[in-house]
Amino acid sequence: MGSLLEVIDLHTEFATRHGVVRAVDGVSWDVAEGETVALVGESGCGKSVSALSVMRLVSQPAGRITSGRIVFKGRDLLTLSEEEMRRVRGREIAMIFQEPMTSLNPVLTIGRQLTEGLETHLGMDTAAARKRAVELLAMVGIPDPARRLPQYPHQFSGGMRQRMMIAMALACEPALVLADEPTTALDVTIQAQILELMRDLSRRLGVAMLIITHNLGVVARYADRVNVMYAGRIIERGTARELYGNPRHPYTLGLLRSVPRLDEPRRARLNPIDGQPPDLTQLPRGCAFAPRCAFRVERCLEEAPALRAIEGSGHVTACWEADRLERAPEPVGGRA
Amino acid sequence: MSEVLLEVRNLVKHFEVGGGMFGKPAGLVRAVDGVSFSIRRGETLGLVGESGCGKTTTGRCVLQLERPTSGQIIFEGRDLTTLDPGEMRTVRRRLQVIFQDPYSSLNPRMTIGEIVGEPLAVHGIVRGAQARRDRVQQLLRHVGLLPQHAGRYPHQLSGGQRQRVGVARALAMEPSLIICDEPVSALDVSIQAQIINLLEDLQAEFGLTYLFIAHDLAVVRHISDRVAVMYLGKIAEMADRKTLYDEPLHPYTRALLSAVPIPDPELEMRRERVVLGGEVPSPLNPPPGCVFHPRCPIAVDRCRTVVPDLRELKPGHQAACLLA
Repeated sequence: MGSLLEVIDLHTEFATRHGVVRAVDGVSWDVAEGETVALVGESGCGKSVSALSVMRLVSQPAGRITSGRIVFKGRDLLTLSEEEMRRVRGREIAMIFQEPMTSLNPVLTIGRQLTEGLETHLGMDTAAARKRAVELLAMVGIPDPARRLPQYPHQFSGGMRQRMMIAMALACEPALVLADEPTTALDVTIQAQILELMRDLSRRLGVAMLIITHNLGVVARYADRVNVMYAGRIIERGTARELYGNPRHPYTLGLLRSVPRLDEPRRARLNPIDGQPPDLTQLPRGCAFAPRCAFRVERCLEEAPALRAIEGSGHVTACWEADRLERAPEPVGGRA
Repeated sequence: MSEVLLEVRNLVKHFEVGGGMFGKPAGLVRAVDGVSFSIRRGETLGLVGESGCGKTTTGRCVLQLERPTSGQIIFEGRDLTTLDPGEMRTVRRRLQVIFQDPYSSLNPRMTIGEIVGEPLAVHGIVRGAQARRDRVQQLLRHVGLLPQHAGRYPHQLSGGQRQRVGVARALAMEPSLIICDEPVSALDVSIQAQIINLLEDLQAEFGLTYLFIAHDLAVVRHISDRVAVMYLGKIAEMADRKTLYDEPLHPYTRALLSAVPIPDPELEMRRERVVLGGEVPSPLNPPPGCVFHPRCPIAVDRCRTVVPDLRELKPGHQAACLLA
């Protein structure tokens, strides 16, 4: 399968009072046609800025993409004019945001927000756009869609608004949807509904998806491949099966081991990752995770490791000590 | 078995919603609608449920930050709903809270030392400035902070460190009961486990009792001795931790447990999922009969009309379901 989107050595910076923050610091990843890829990491790791960079929506002048390429269907999006880029957004690449209330326009009806894109991008007339809007709402499981069109976002519940966001994203049949924490603001039973819906639609319509999340658990069921980010870089990537079954970066391992799991016997004690997330204006010289790492050696403090492949497959990790992680023993504390 | 520290009896909290004719209320939000539970000294009771189920309002009623519409809250043998503000102030020392958002619950203009030291002065727990400074240092050590943190401001700390300050402030009062309202849900995943371990260590060291309010079922299983599941203002099921997670009786508990994602793709592939249809109805207009019946996968006709009581089905295991 060829790459639909290929991000190559992307750098995005923000100028702040405390200095330059390299929010995305030389990151490369790709999404194949019809594939679901996850970008996982904690707050400030650069996962949302990566998606905003693809859409060229990084807020200027503080933020800017300083180098790299973003190749979508063979064209580098960074070389397009603003006019050309506008035809890509929504039409070919769509975005779903975390907070459906703040990303919908409160003074426009649901119907208008759906038909706007259809009229602008696809040149539909009012009647055709309206008909399509009803189909879209029905597709995402909103009951009685025709009656819903004249309503406003505040008349929708959180789960309904997120369904509406999905309908908007899919309106112009894009090839790729970037979903930034699409279920984080929702309750767990609604989360399950939305994720199942997104998977069904992505399969049925052949849409590729990038799911951005801080929760490794959420994407285990849905992602074909997973990228883990830390301090602006990708530190591990693999198929979901490889990454969860045999994590080869201490941060990934730490994330997986620090959360209590319902499918395992209860532990007497949780195994947290020590220390605090890094300050992006004062990153250490070597590996950014080294100060918190249980596998740290001298070299980690001096030299930042690059991503390297593990045994042929697509599994890569940025850790000098990755070999020691294979079948790493349970940390002290153990299971109850 | 140790004594009961807190007993909540038939707690009801209704909020009036404005917007009716001539300033009359337009409706009644039944946030908490007849909730009873007790917590023994040294125990942790987990209170789980989705947003709007009334778990936070229950906690706020226990703290007397909300005046209950009816019901009793018996803490250390006294009914808090009958106390006057002066009496309540002395009780409040023994009854502390840790909030979800460690940023908005700390005064940005006060140093960490002032935040932790203020209640010591206000309640006259430690007299004399030097003695208070020493006590603050000791409290900071208890929660894993360094002495130099006393001079810093909240914005200079990370989210995890700020939550440690929130814990130190609660500890300063030497409470017997701490209400933890979503204490880790605003924190990064890698930090959550640090705070949970801290809460457990402090419980062991000081014999604390927790009412642990959260929506994360895995976290609640880890920390709780007993667990109550709330839905639309009522307790749907309550049991000791192991029973509730291993043998849930209420269909809502079962659905909640099956919706929790597990970080293991192979297991997820094989796993049966009960995806609940519909959404949580508004507590402004709860459904008749069993409040869960519109979403319940096993509901029968009776469920539409008969309100199920929370009944003891096995020793220590209660569920509010006609079919359980």
